[in-house]
Amino acid sequence: MNDIVQLLSQPWPWYVSGPLIGLTVPALLLFGGKRFGVSSSLRHACAALLPAGRSDYFRYPWKQLGGWNLMFVGGMVVGGWMAATLLTSSDAVVQISAATVTDLAALGVTHGPGLVPEEIFRWSSLATPAGFLIIVVGGFFVGFGSRYADGCTSGHGITGLATFQLSSLIAVLGFFAGGLLVTHVLLPIVL
Amino acid sequence: MSPTTVTTPEEALQAEARPGLLRFLVAGIWFGIVLTKSEAVSWYRIQEMFRFQSIHMYGILGSAVLTAAVSIFVIRRLRLRTTYGDEIHVPGRPMTPRGTRFWLGGTAFGFGWALLGACPGPIYALIGAGYGVMVVGLLGALVGTFTYGMLRARLPH
Repeated sequence: MNDIVQLLSQPWPWYVSGPLIGLTVPALLLFGGKRFGVSSSLRHACAALLPAGRSDYFRYPWKQLGGWNLMFVGGMVVGGWMAATLLTSSDAVVQISAATVTDLAALGVTHGPGLVPEEIFRWSSLATPAGFLIIVVGGFFVGFGSRYADGCTSGHGITGLATFQLSSLIAVLGFFAGGLLVTHVLLPIVL
Repeated sequence: MSPTTVTTPEEALQAEARPGLLRFLVAGIWFGIVLTKSEAVSWYRIQEMFRFQSIHMYGILGSAVLTAAVSIFVIRRLRLRTTYGDEIHVPGRPMTPRGTRFWLGGTAFGFGWALLGACPGPIYALIGAGYGVMVVGLLGALVGTFTYGMLRARLPH
């Protein structure tokens, strides 16, 4: 038993975790005919939180259409907690390539323990220009862009590509155009 | 349960609102664990991906797409139904005349993905994993969603 926990506590290689992520698609279809996608939860949350009638985009029966999706993302919070507390040691370091470590060091980002750089993802860094840009502006574009494009990495990148949608291929190319621009042009300026 | 065919919008809404939401909580827990253990939630891994310095993220996305495609093929070939007995459809994302919303919206999303190092799924998983400041990232995403909703009529699609 301890051996199993020990094994599961290691990072799961991509050829194990990738197919397991992919299996979420048939699971949701068989559980209730739901199309796998995460970012629509943002729309449902806005529809639930905002006074009705601010925009047509948020005026629809969100409980019926989005209740399952809000339960799903609520489960993801629990899943993240379980993976971090039960299946990961607190000093675990994400084993990124040496080239990435070097590139990030050149930008002044230390490669330390944890899933994200603790020096950026802490409350006090919200008051710094770089921290505000990464967390607040980054979050804004994640929400704005995924709703404008009608999907994110899950809805377009996985479900859309798996069903051969041209729209999803274009969206994924857009994801990379935007991501490459930020990584290679914007981050060297602001970090 | 007898198989049903969805025809009217009212029936479609009823089919959407079947009881038993707890199963989606379980599915979410599963997805949250797998996503976290895959390290796809890691800002470091997203930086590595956008620098083309490892196969890791491409392997995850590629094998996930392949698994999903094979699963959908099997579901269609065997005409599998949901646990409620409904037929299974995977709604497409129809192209718009110029596809503007997909490339422009996609590029905007890419800005956010590279900055925050997380797409919507990882935001939720990271909050659970104890990165409390990600709640601010989620609030930012909700403001972004609200902004899109308010500007939608004026944006090219």
